[in-house]
Amino acid sequence: MTFLDQLPVLPIVVPLCAAPIVILLPAGRAPWVVSTLVVWTTFYLCARLLAAVPDGGALSYALGDWAPPIGIEYRIDLANGIILTLVSGIASLVLPFSFNSIKSEIDDRQLSNFFGALLICMTGLMGVAITGDAFNVFVFLEISSLSTYALIALGARADRRALTASFNYLVMGTIGATFFVIGIGLLYQATGTLNMADLHAKLAGQDNRVVQAGFAFIIVGMGLKAAMFPIHLWLPNAYTYAPSAVSAFVAATATKVAIYVLVRFIYTVYGLDFSFMQEAFLYIFLPIGIVGMFGASTVAIFQEDVKRLLAYSSVGQIGYILLGIGLGTQAGLSAALVHLVNHGLMKGALFMAVACVVYRLGSKNCHAFEGLARRMPFTAAAFIFSGLSLIGVPLTVGFVSKWQLLKASFEADYAFVGFLIVASSFLAVIYVGRIVELILLRPAPTEGPYAGDVKEAPALMVVPMLLLVAANIYFGVQTEFTASIADAAAAALTSGAR
Amino acid sequence: MIEFVLERYNYWIFIILMMTGLYIVISRGNLVKKIIGLNVFQTSVFIFYISIGKIVGGTAPIFIEGHGGGHGHGDDGHGEDHGAAAGDPGGSHAQESAGLHDAPANDAAPAAYSVGAPASDDASGDAGEAASLHVVNAVGVDAEETANALLAADAAPIFAAAENADATPTAGGAHGAESAHGVDGAHGAAEAVADVVYTNPLPHVLILTAIVVGIATTSVGLALAVRIREAYGTIEEDELNVDDQIAEFGHAAGDAEGAPT
Repeated sequence: MTFLDQLPVLPIVVPLCAAPIVILLPAGRAPWVVSTLVVWTTFYLCARLLAAVPDGGALSYALGDWAPPIGIEYRIDLANGIILTLVSGIASLVLPFSFNSIKSEIDDRQLSNFFGALLICMTGLMGVAITGDAFNVFVFLEISSLSTYALIALGARADRRALTASFNYLVMGTIGATFFVIGIGLLYQATGTLNMADLHAKLAGQDNRVVQAGFAFIIVGMGLKAAMFPIHLWLPNAYTYAPSAVSAFVAATATKVAIYVLVRFIYTVYGLDFSFMQEAFLYIFLPIGIVGMFGASTVAIFQEDVKRLLAYSSVGQIGYILLGIGLGTQAGLSAALVHLVNHGLMKGALFMAVACVVYRLGSKNCHAFEGLARRMPFTAAAFIFSGLSLIGVPLTVGFVSKWQLLKASFEADYAFVGFLIVASSFLAVIYVGRIVELILLRPAPTEGPYAGDVKEAPALMVVPMLLLVAANIYFGVQTEFTASIADAAAAALTSGAR
Repeated sequence: MIEFVLERYNYWIFIILMMTGLYIVISRGNLVKKIIGLNVFQTSVFIFYISIGKIVGGTAPIFIEGHGGGHGHGDDGHGEDHGAAAGDPGGSHAQESAGLHDAPANDAAPAAYSVGAPASDDASGDAGEAASLHVVNAVGVDAEETANALLAADAAPIFAAAENADATPTAGGAHGAESAHGVDGAHGAAEAVADVVYTNPLPHVLILTAIVVGIATTSVGLALAVRIREAYGTIEEDELNVDDQIAEFGHAAGDAEGAPT
């Protein structure tokens, strides 16, 4: 029993055990310090795990030593290795960042609960990604969702609408999760197993109503969690009214993990051999992706509230990812995975920048951003660079993933999709441009609620934010790393090599 | 046609409950009613899971002393018909006998198991085949069962099991011996089917988990309703929407948004 043997279970066990301890700690710095250390440890473990994944293969860990088809299996291949690293990476930047931000937004007595809930939320999200058992996905999903409801509701001190937002998210999220469970039940009925690899083997050749209905339930359920375009209504309010640090973490990770589950079920559990799969790509993912890209981005243009603007933009970006999946090719899947990670990086950075503004100016209204370049130069720079990344300007991660999407759509003979991607990017130019115009060209207001002497956000907030922006640029220049991992992951998924 | 519909009454119950719950969630404006509707919706899924694990004539999945621990597994005949295979001394029997060096040969007995395998009253040949075809369904064997088999593997050296196999040269006995190999234990246990028919326990275990999740969701939802009542003074959705509208558009500078409009 070496360290490496037990490595796959540690990223889950460490934060899960730490969370109750953090809740018991007295409010103050202690819960923050402990949870930050725990999250950094988790990130280290995830990075080790990603490095340990064999080429084209997977690490399998039998939980409690029960052999896989019967016991729960943790299975790490490149696809979920990336997700694990993304979730823990974002968390390890958001946590140091969150202390000042959250202290100004919630009651001091709730600090330990906040950090405990954040740890549980991260554990749940990573558990969804790491597990190889279909029912276990549901359990972890609900662990993360329940803590997210609580985290969003914490925003009630600043704005009571956080409560209704959280309530709506709870209703929609639970309906989604229950649909997902029905889907799993139908699959279990058809196969008698819950292990994903085993499901794939048993489902082969079973193209009947039970299997098709299961697929439909799973897609709708996960679509709700991932805020697929027509069923995204919980997302804008939830992201807008949640405490800023929570928005930064959840926006960068939660929907991404739900998309990952979709990919996992489409490619690993079902596989491309099912005749309905191509139809699902052509008639569901592709159109929903395109409509989402345009619809949500258009709505984003008219938002006064910057967090709500970014939330709608998130729905639009989910559209790009769905579109990549909908192309149904390996290149498309690879582009979708790249965009999944990249969108996490840029949205994390953008929401962090908004959190800095909220910390100093107490508002997320776009007028608070007027003249920001002179008042808070680092925050302004962070917002502008990650905004450029959102648009897809070269030398940022946004460009890499949009380029991959374009290439994939031309290769898949959907040339018009390529043009639509470019066209919808112009919508991003408008909504990001609006804010950037306020930041750079307007003078700082001298009267009204945003007047006065405003300093740059504290270093504890600026440094993690700039690190994330640096990641945006680094992975935009150094394209091989993400692209090669995503390519390999997509190749493994499409070949059904699991 | 009528028969086809009536035979599947458990699914109808599930569908009606599910739709009732969903309808309440969508149509009611009262937040507490919404949460209760959500609860009904979730409960319908519990019924669905439990009904697919039910076997006609099967007892609760609790180990019965004096009988083999083998498991019947299948459907209640409403869905795909999970056929029947045959069985003999259970894995746990093999365990007992391995431990005691005394191997009672059980009679082969029919038991429900496997999908579409030919029914067989004989433990030999077919039993092994059917079981190996349907190793998947061995998932249905509960944890206790597997534990027993694994314990057998640990506790009893292989020769003891071999002795057992000698004493009962039936298919079941042979599989009992296999169960000494630890990982194969669960398969062995499943292959050796006894005359006690158990309801598939796995859905029950899954639903226990889902019930916990459901209770947690309901309580968080109700707690949120309480907080909303504190903050707004109402839990009617229409009134909440009006309040939010006022908060967003009705006030000038100085409100939560703080923006001059």
